[in-house]
Amino acid sequence: MTRLEFWQGNTACAEGALAAGCRFFGGYPITPSTEVAEHMARRLPKVGGVFVQMEDELASIASVIGASWTGKRSMTATSGPGFSLMMENLGYAIMTETPCVVVNVQRGGPSTGQPTRASQGDMMQCRFGSHGDIAVIAVSPGSVQEMYELTAKAFNLSDRYRVPTFVMTDEIIAHMRERIEVPDAVEIVERRPLEKGALPFAAGEDGVPGFPTFGQGYGVHVTGLTHDERGYPSSTDPEVHDRLVRRLVGKVEGARREMADYEVTNPDAEVVFVSYGSPGRSVKQAVRDMDDERVGSLRLRVVWPFPDFALQEFTNARVFLVPELNLGQIAREVASHTAVPVVPVPELGGELHTPARLAKTAEEYL
Amino acid sequence: MPHIYCTGCGNGTVINCTLNAVNQMGWEPEDTVFISGIGCSSRAPGYIVTDSLHTTHGRAIPFATGVKLSRPDLHVVVFTGDGDMAAIGGNHFIHACRRNIDLTVVCMNNYIYGMTGGQGSPCTPLGAISTTTPYGCHEAPFDLASLAVAAGANYVSRWTSYHVKELTRAVQAGLETPGFSLVEALVQCPTGYGRRNKLRDAHSMILWMRDHAVLMKKWKQMEAEGRPLPADKFPVGEFVRRNRPAMGVPEE
Ligand SMILES: Cc1ncc(C[n+]2csc(CCOP(=O)(O)OP(=O)(O)O)c2C)c(N)n1
Ligand code: SF4
Repeated sequence: MTRLEFWQGNTACAEGALAAGCRFFGGYPITPSTEVAEHMARRLPKVGGVFVQMEDELASIASVIGASWTGKRSMTATSGPGFSLMMENLGYAIMTETPCVVVNVQRGGPSTGQPTRASQGDMMQCRFGSHGDIAVIAVSPGSVQEMYELTAKAFNLSDRYRVPTFVMTDEIIAHMRERIEVPDAVEIVERRPLEKGALPFAAGEDGVPGFPTFGQGYGVHVTGLTHDERGYPSSTDPEVHDRLVRRLVGKVEGARREMADYEVTNPDAEVVFVSYGSPGRSVKQAVRDMDDERVGSLRLRVVWPFPDFALQEFTNARVFLVPELNLGQIAREVASHTAVPVVPVPELGGELHTPARLAKTAEEYL
Repeated sequence: MPHIYCTGCGNGTVINCTLNAVNQMGWEPEDTVFISGIGCSSRAPGYIVTDSLHTTHGRAIPFATGVKLSRPDLHVVVFTGDGDMAAIGGNHFIHACRRNIDLTVVCMNNYIYGMTGGQGSPCTPLGAISTTTPYGCHEAPFDLASLAVAAGANYVSRWTSYHVKELTRAVQAGLETPGFSLVEALVQCPTGYGRRNKLRDAHSMILWMRDHAVLMKKWKQMEAEGRPLPADKFPVGEFVRRNRPAMGVPEE
């Protein structure tokens, strides 16, 4: 059984989180993400959860990480300026392998930029913004329905791999209203508890250690310093650092296939759009309008880790066209995985590419 | 036990006082969480066998806020330094006082940034020498305890590493008080502060603290009598104990 709703993207995001069992939200208002916080403020107390408005985004993500160590599924939502402030503690979450979900409703940057207009300008900041060698997970919804589904999924991925997971959406998806089918329940994959007696930061073959929830007698020390498998600082031994950082990156990058989530249209196409988030909607319309099997599409629902192998499904590809609401951030990533020419199709300022413009661009390569 | 502290550092004394106070409370180790930021003082949780978070510079209090709000039944104690709490973490500190969230914060105030080698902090006294105030500090310092009172904390006191018994009792009072408690513990940092300010060894700095601390009662009396309060002296004792609305207090 499902029920039908007509929801705004931000509402679907908050409801997806609640359905996934999110019980802690720490946040700070910022356009165009604020409705997520407002919805959580209304709903969380009714399901036994906690909402707290913190003094800034540094504190928001800190509170989320703290709550996560008590075993609660925890999240925050923000946009560019707040996202920048979160970078240091996101590195802490990566280093300490703390599950948490961060929603970034992207708006035009740099700086305060365009508070009310859409962008995909933070895709690289999300991937590389915190210092040191890191790897993260990011999903990118293309509809209100996917806001719900992918936010819920983000919690599962974050718990499974113990790494911050980003819902990299944008103002268009966040503020549009669409019909959505709300399921009775969503799939929940909880974090694996640490076996009693095992070292808290010793990982199995998948590179992911069990989780020692606070308050259960583990007596675990958690530090952002380079640490050994017991969790204690060991910040000058090159081998300890090398082993730890390779594991933190490897556990995510090594699971690209497991995590991959994308949609392929016309795999025999010669001209192939690669998209994610709201531009995927224009691509869908353009491909439908052109009705030409030489034009195809790859739409990513999980952007990081990047599913490089998906490009190889298009064995006849002569060009990859990458429409984005930025100057070509993921286009660069695509180019680094293929010998086929890659052409960025940027759109700045907050308007979506029109299907007509995309069709015209595709025609130039046919 | 191997540790990072210099010979003569006052942090060990404060950690001992805090642990003694926690023992007095009879809390189970598994129900007690220590949280800290970055600095020499913030290394304390690494020497205590309970669940603990050694976080980022200045952010211990918001991390602790997340832990406490989602598990109010846990006892949460924060270790921090004057730089950690009052400079980079100043905003979090005053907001935690305002929320009056049920934490006990033990701030080891050594007047200096110890871990990075003795730079000036928001608590460096006027005229004091640090590596970034080589001609003497010309910024007026924060009075951390008064700041906490003004911002709304339910319990605030200040002692020094000389006043071991009083400090232990103060931490215990902080642990017992629902809402936000700040215990400011002045400590000697012979390496970063003392040796640049004519207090070469730990001993001379402890004596300096003993001789410059004025009991709160006497301090208030002097104030009432309009007697000039000496600029290099400071009050120690209880600044406030009250019952403002608090957050994160476990339900009985
Ligand atoms: C964001 C950030 N800025 C700067 C530093 C460098 N740093 C480490 S400890 C410290 C100051 C510590 O001073 P304090 O909090 O007074 O603690 P103490 O070492 O004196 O106990 C600084 C500036 C850092 N770790 N992170
Ligand atoms: S530098 Fe100062 S505060 Fe740090 S360990 Fe040495 S004496 Fe203690």
